[in-house]
Amino acid sequence: MGILQSENLHLWYGSFEALKGIDMEIPAREITALIGPSGCGKSTFLKTLNRMNDLVEGCRIEGRVTLGGEDIYHNMDVNQLRKRVGMVFQKPNPFPMSIYDNIAYGPRIHGIRSRAKLDEIVESSLKAAAIWEETRDKLRSSALGLSGGQQQRLCIARALAVKPEVLLMDEPTSALDPISTGKIEELAIALKKEYTIVIVTHNMQQAVRISDRTAFFLLGEMVEYGKTTDVFSNPHDTRTENYITGRFG
Amino acid sequence: MKPSQKSPAAAPRPGQRRSRRRILADGLRAGLMLLSVALICALLIGMIVYIFVRGLPHISAEFLTTSPNARTGWIGILPDLLNTLYIIAITVAIVLPLGVGAAIYLNEYASNKRLVRVIEFATETLSGIPSIIYGLVGMLLFVNFLGLQPCLLAGALTLVILTLPTVVRTTQESLKTVPQSYREGSLGLGSGKWHMIRTVVLPSSVDGIVTGCILAIGRIVGESAALLYTAGAAHNLLNPLQAVAPKSAGTTLTVAMYIYAKERGETDAAFAIATILLILTLLINLAAKLAAKHLKK
Repeated sequence: MGILQSENLHLWYGSFEALKGIDMEIPAREITALIGPSGCGKSTFLKTLNRMNDLVEGCRIEGRVTLGGEDIYHNMDVNQLRKRVGMVFQKPNPFPMSIYDNIAYGPRIHGIRSRAKLDEIVESSLKAAAIWEETRDKLRSSALGLSGGQQQRLCIARALAVKPEVLLMDEPTSALDPISTGKIEELAIALKKEYTIVIVTHNMQQAVRISDRTAFFLLGEMVEYGKTTDVFSNPHDTRTENYITGRFG
Repeated sequence: MKPSQKSPAAAPRPGQRRSRRRILADGLRAGLMLLSVALICALLIGMIVYIFVRGLPHISAEFLTTSPNARTGWIGILPDLLNTLYIIAITVAIVLPLGVGAAIYLNEYASNKRLVRVIEFATETLSGIPSIIYGLVGMLLFVNFLGLQPCLLAGALTLVILTLPTVVRTTQESLKTVPQSYREGSLGLGSGKWHMIRTVVLPSSVDGIVTGCILAIGRIVGESAALLYTAGAAHNLLNPLQAVAPKSAGTTLTVAMYIYAKERGETDAAFAIATILLILTLLINLAAKLAAKHLKK
């Protein structure tokens, strides 16, 4: 059974039905890619997994999402949920504070005050996100001085600092250059040893390169879901085939 | 693409004439703009210089550190100076938490967007109302109805109402400039809403809050109409505890200036006070700028 599971998940923005009954099981310690054309609901689905859609006005949800068997919409404190299911956003969004404080931000929320403990978390998180060597000498300088790619790895480190079980990535490389993109992809592959990763991507090559499973979304429905190699080499649905061969999208 | 490039020699004269006319028009425009800038600078500098020239000779250590004496006719402004500082302190101490709190509520918590727009429109309108009307309302409400008598507290409360729209609006504007991605980033790490506001949103909008504060202090320092009704005209020397108590009337510098110039014909004293007010405003602005820099860190 998957660590994350959605059952008959419907979501409305006002009267618009953005997700039309998604049933999906996301296995632990794998990378699951969500692909599909703009507006297909893949980002919306991703955000239901840590309830970021709660911030959207007029958003209504039916169905169930479970994390390790617990219903995240009914039996779980939303702040605890987001600690367990971290998120990396489309555009790098470091806070306007020092690199150190960015990483320590999450642990501090959850009550870690000890200087030694924070130092340790900052170092291990930056190492895990493969950005320690670049930042170790300037932990006290502003995170906004880093390049876009570095900022995104910093944001990944920041998410890792609260020790989540799942990491959601919403098109994490769409604002980055190819070299930075490559680094983030390598990082994702390295991280799946310890974390479950769900990544939304516009880039089908990226899905092929890094993901174990791929789900294809179209108009609020999940059209196809399976092992990435199967979905790309032998799609069952003609809509999937048309999309991955570039006939629309 | 460009017709003038196709046939450069075909019509040189109209082109030349046009460009000459354009150069002339450009020069004229630039000249006019320069003139308006020069005019503004001249007015401003002229006024400041004039006030300093008329005021500075009458400022002495004694003028600044004594109370006026009705028997000898001596004018000292220590009570007025202190009262001004008291009124600033009391007003800011009340209006800042109130205004910033209201702005945070409107921008971060309120879910009824239409109501928010109505409130925004109302605050904008309120900030344009002549201050003497606030004075009248303050007199009826604080001085008479609540029985505070004309006093610094009543004056400060009136100024709270007067400056509240400014503080709310500037704070709100600066909250709106905080990128949504900061909020998402913070909430995404499991932070509660208030923690998110305190650690990410407010630090990013310190500039705007300080600006609101400077504007509010500017209005407080410059306000006389609203205080004539509410704070009284006594020159008593008050200690800070007396200043916040009801029934301790006191003039501020602007009110004193009005009284000296208009009712007693003491133009020199009025210019001396004007000089002090200019310096005070400058100091407060500098202090606020420094505070903003410090808070940003």
